[in-house]
Amino acid sequence: MTTVLIAIAALLGLAALFGAVLGYASEKFKVEGDPIVEQIDALLPQTQCGQCGHPGCRPYAEAIAEGEEHNRCPPGGDTTVEALADLLGREVLPLDNEGAEDASVERVAYIREDECIGCTKCIQACPVDAIVGAAKQMHTVIADECTGCDLCVDPCPVDCIDMIERPVTLATWTWDRPAGIGRRPEQRIEVVNL
Amino acid sequence: MSANPSLLQRLLPGTRRAPVHDFPGGVHPAEHKTVSNQTPITPGPRPAQLVLPLNMHLGAPARPVVAVGDQILKGQMLAEPTGAVSAALHAPTSGTVVALGPRPIQHPSGMDALCIVLAPDGEDRWAERRPVADHTRLGPGKLIALLRDAGVAGLGGAGFPTSVKVSLGDHQRVEQLIINAVECEPYITADDRLMRERADEILLGVQILQYLLNPHDTLIGIEDNKPEAIAALRAACAGSDVEIRVVPTKYPSGGEKQLIQLLTGKEVPSGSIPAQCGVVCQNVGTAWAVKRAVHDGEPLLSRITTVTGDAVARPGNYEVWLGTPVADLLHHAGVDKDRLGRLVMGGPMMGFTLHDPSVPVVKTSNCVIAASAEELPEPPPEQACIRCGACAEVCPANLLPQQLYWYAKTDDFERAQHHNLMDCIECGACAYVCPSHIPLVQYYRYAKGEIRTQTAEQIKADRARERFEARQARLEREQAEKEARRRARLEANRKKQEAAADSAPGAGDDKLAALKKEVGQASSAYKAAVKAAKTAEAQEADNAAELRARADSLKAEADRAKAALRDAKAAAPAQPAAAPAESSALADLKKAVGEASSAYKAAVKAAKNAEAEQSDDAAELRARADQLKAEADRLKAELREAKAAQGPAAAPAAPAPPKQDGDTPDSKTTVDKAAVDDDAAAKRQKRLKALKTAYNMAHKQYKEAHAAVERAERAGQDSDEALAAMHAKVEKLKAKADHCRDALDALVEQAKADILAHTGKDLKTLKLDAARAESALRDKADELERRRDTSDADTLETLNSELDALQEHAQLTRLALKTAVEEQGLVEE
Amino acid sequence: MSLINAPSPHTSRHTDTGAVMRQVVYATLPGLAVLVWQFGLGSLLNVLWAVLVALTCEALFLRARGKPVAFYLKDWSAVVTAVLLGLALPSTAPWWLTLIGVGFAIVVAKQLYGGLGMNPFNPAMIGYVLLLISFPVAMTQWVAPGDAPAPADSLALFLGQTPADAFTGATPLDTFRTWAGDAEALAGRDILAGRLAGPGWEAVNLAFLLGGLYLLARRIITWQIPVAFLAGLALPALIAHQVDAARFAGPLFHLFSGGAMLGAFFIATDPVSAATSRLGRFIYALLIGLLIWVIRTFGGYPDAVAFAVLLLNLAAPFIDYYTQPRAYGHRKANKGANP
Repeated sequence: MTTVLIAIAALLGLAALFGAVLGYASEKFKVEGDPIVEQIDALLPQTQCGQCGHPGCRPYAEAIAEGEEHNRCPPGGDTTVEALADLLGREVLPLDNEGAEDASVERVAYIREDECIGCTKCIQACPVDAIVGAAKQMHTVIADECTGCDLCVDPCPVDCIDMIERPVTLATWTWDRPAGIGRRPEQRIEVVNL
Repeated sequence: MSANPSLLQRLLPGTRRAPVHDFPGGVHPAEHKTVSNQTPITPGPRPAQLVLPLNMHLGAPARPVVAVGDQILKGQMLAEPTGAVSAALHAPTSGTVVALGPRPIQHPSGMDALCIVLAPDGEDRWAERRPVADHTRLGPGKLIALLRDAGVAGLGGAGFPTSVKVSLGDHQRVEQLIINAVECEPYITADDRLMRERADEILLGVQILQYLLNPHDTLIGIEDNKPEAIAALRAACAGSDVEIRVVPTKYPSGGEKQLIQLLTGKEVPSGSIPAQCGVVCQNVGTAWAVKRAVHDGEPLLSRITTVTGDAVARPGNYEVWLGTPVADLLHHAGVDKDRLGRLVMGGPMMGFTLHDPSVPVVKTSNCVIAASAEELPEPPPEQACIRCGACAEVCPANLLPQQLYWYAKTDDFERAQHHNLMDCIECGACAYVCPSHIPLVQYYRYAKGEIRTQTAEQIKADRARERFEARQARLEREQAEKEARRRARLEANRKKQEAAADSAPGAGDDKLAALKKEVGQASSAYKAAVKAAKTAEAQEADNAAELRARADSLKAEADRAKAALRDAKAAAPAQPAAAPAESSALADLKKAVGEASSAYKAAVKAAKNAEAEQSDDAAELRARADQLKAEADRLKAELREAKAAQGPAAAPAAPAPPKQDGDTPDSKTTVDKAAVDDDAAAKRQKRLKALKTAYNMAHKQYKEAHAAVERAERAGQDSDEALAAMHAKVEKLKAKADHCRDALDALVEQAKADILAHTGKDLKTLKLDAARAESALRDKADELERRRDTSDADTLETLNSELDALQEHAQLTRLALKTAVEEQGLVEE
Repeated sequence: MSLINAPSPHTSRHTDTGAVMRQVVYATLPGLAVLVWQFGLGSLLNVLWAVLVALTCEALFLRARGKPVAFYLKDWSAVVTAVLLGLALPSTAPWWLTLIGVGFAIVVAKQLYGGLGMNPFNPAMIGYVLLLISFPVAMTQWVAPGDAPAPADSLALFLGQTPADAFTGATPLDTFRTWAGDAEALAGRDILAGRLAGPGWEAVNLAFLLGGLYLLARRIITWQIPVAFLAGLALPALIAHQVDAARFAGPLFHLFSGGAMLGAFFIATDPVSAATSRLGRFIYALLIGLLIWVIRTFGGYPDAVAFAVLLLNLAAPFIDYYTQPRAYGHRKANKGANP
């Protein structure tokens, strides 16, 4: 009988000891990871366009963290869906981009300045403060800051805002991906000036 | 290799010592150098137009300092350097600037960029040159500025501005100055010929670089396939402390990093520049250009370019004006268009295909290959990678090219970067040996481009996030401020009311004013109600009686208010000054008004009764009531006029706001008028509000009743009579709501009319005026801004005063609009 | 006038995957010749039949996968697989044995993985192991060296008939395994009485060594894999032989018996399934050699090239993971494939 009690006491003692050690270790060596919302937010494209039905990327990140579908970001495209699925351990869903424009083309808002009446409505609509101008003064878009979310297009009473494709410049030009195995791209160029 | 060569070695210049270092990998492509290095350098073509891109060099494009039509002398600056990393651009010959616009330039994308187009006049007239015989007298600072202004940039390949490369930080120490004379790419012989023919000039350039950098050792690295050039350099360098190091022929030993490794054994740490490990590399052609810029005062106007390949009849090296179109150069070398299969600018390993032969020769164009299709055949299609590892064997950076290929192919850029994709120098050795003909370099360039794009996007996304969050914070702050202001206002009002209640005598004025207001409101509400009733009657509406009753109650209310006002006036001892000021005529008028209204009231009552009893004389009574009403109105109008007439006279006596005292009489009038208007506006505003509420209420009641009827009808439980009664009620309520709305509309119209009456303009005109004034002001401001730099002081002053006047005008119109709107209690819809 | 538009480099060494593969095939010819000389026409029939089967399977599957057939057949990789498997099969193998082995190698081990360059395992060895496990008797029946059957008999064997005479005999590796530890018995075996190893087999291995050296000279393969392979096999054999000569065969016996040279120069060097970096390849082949010695000495099978190669194919990504070279400008070599 005594042996049994000793054995139980010993086991209990060990359990308590290891419990204490583990508890201490979990506090002491806690891994401070980014909260999940931050990580999700970091993967979103930050266009703040609201196409997901939330007023900005962070609210959507919060909604995803609370269980909303992670395929509602048309500007991010399939890449973002995949990255989010990877982060959250969820399934890769097809992008929910009904009615959205092709996200692969980067766009920027452009105000036809002689038509602008200076109503400031677009300034209020811009989620990233990328439109400058004062009341009754002509407005203009800071192209570098524009995320191409097109939230300014609808509020404009005179429809003077266009979404135009960002032109390729020497600074943004990149090489094409090679055609791949067995395929030969059109490799001839017509030369006229010789 | 010892860092400190012995004295003996220093005294024996040009001692050939085999490099003890090597770099991994490398290939030995067929050289094809004898095609072009057998003939001396000859002058290039004299084209009809020179196309000079503003970014011939690495860094910020130069800024044009000439305009179309300008006559330019040879050596005159066309564009000045902008920013830290930039180089100037000069006219290679005298002539006229004929265009300044986009032209195809030296870029693999085949895109256009801004160029200055110069039409040579054939005279080749020099601008003034300022040769510096002794560069040591100039000092390093001025010498560097001279190089920058002379547009000297690396002639080897990248075109890095030389002035930046030779500017050292205070703590920087250069151990080795390496002159790159390797020229490891096949076909190219420009440096080879330059060294054979102009070794002396090169040495002078090297000595200038030595002066600027003060290196411990100066090494010229040259491949052993150029014996004549080595001999020429040896002869030139005899007696100087410049060492010539011959390296075995192997591609890419001319790569900056590879040459540094060959000659010094050092590796440039990933992501940094050679200067960080105490080495500065300069191309041998650059050294020559430095000499010309300093000793001859000639900016960089031309370069030696190899024209070679099977498709040209006279391959060789030409001293070509910068900006010469490749097409002219090819014609000069006798191109055979039928044999031409591929046009490459640069060497066959790292050069790029030209999309357009009108691309000009620039500072970095060391070679143009006009190859036949047999010479550089079309690449066969890519086959599957068999992981043979030949690429890894030849990679000079010791990378794993096939791993990079798999990652680039599958868009796994993270892993590609982990495998040091960014350390790839794109030398092409891997693709050269690949048995499967995989365009490996293009895969790496594609991946690098994507990575750069992604990085840029990430930065942009982060900035967008920051801006979004800043905006959210700002909006919240503004909301909070607004809330705080609202609270403060409420608090202040409450306090004021309390104070008024506490000290009745002191607040007598306020109370009186409030009472007056009340009277005004009551009577106007009454008037409106009467009007509504009249309309109803005219239309023989059912609810005329009700409206009439309402009018009566309103009238009673008005009377009560008037009585209160009277009482208050009588009770107010603080008003002795005001009472005498009021003329007796006014008092009489007021009395008359009172009587008239009570008579009217009685008449209305009678009419109502008659109507209720459906007696015959109802119409008569009604007519009388109207008459009385007209009378009362007339009297009221008189009273108003009298008051208005008395206003200006009474104002000075009245306790007007003290700050108005010093004003001109004119403005006083305005102020008084404004004061009167204020009162009226306040009244109107109240009325508007009241009517709106009334309308809303009525409308709501109607809706509810209507819904109730429908419900009842659906239920079908109520009797027909009950339903009919309900219908009647609904109709009544509807009419009531409609009348309220009409009254509201009428009031708004009246307000607008009043504005017109007051200002002589209607609201629309006022708005237009304001907008016009604003735009005139803006235009003037723009003009002032535009002419600030160019106009003389007088003009500016005139403009300034004009601007001031406009500003004043704009302010006035703005004010007028604002007051008009506010006065009339109109809220802009 | 139209010009070629291509990215740099604009020139190349003018090598071709097909040419590389053809060189490998040529290099096996001495070995094939000796096999025929020692064991009869069967090996040649095996090789030709295997090539035919391989090309047919490859073409059918390329078509099924919607790939350009002629383009892929030009890379000669199917031929190499077929030749290597044909050489590894006993000369007495009937046609259906070859058909199954080659068909499985091409279809399952290569095409189903995505074709050339995508297969993690050496297809020839997959086919070989499949046959060895499924048909152990047929796969271990060798003719006694020097006692080659007549061409007619070889043809009969190939067609699946059993000729009048039985030609089968044990291989040196078999024999040594059976009598290991018994010095007297070993000394009495003719089959072990060659100059280097067993007669006949030593000639076959010498011929493959010759072909391998040709590949080295033509820079088709690099020295790391054959050298490490042979070292990994010979070193433990040398040590063990010093300890107990009767129980453990000597290094020369191991190097010139069975498929040692074929494995070292032709099979382990298959780049697709091998490790990629220089150091990685050395370790990879060293471990193959070691594993062959272990299985030959202690395992249940007389030869072990196929098993050892497949096991190390499995380990190749792991080896690559830890043997990346130090890139220029970096102080340390990368480890692993992940950041």
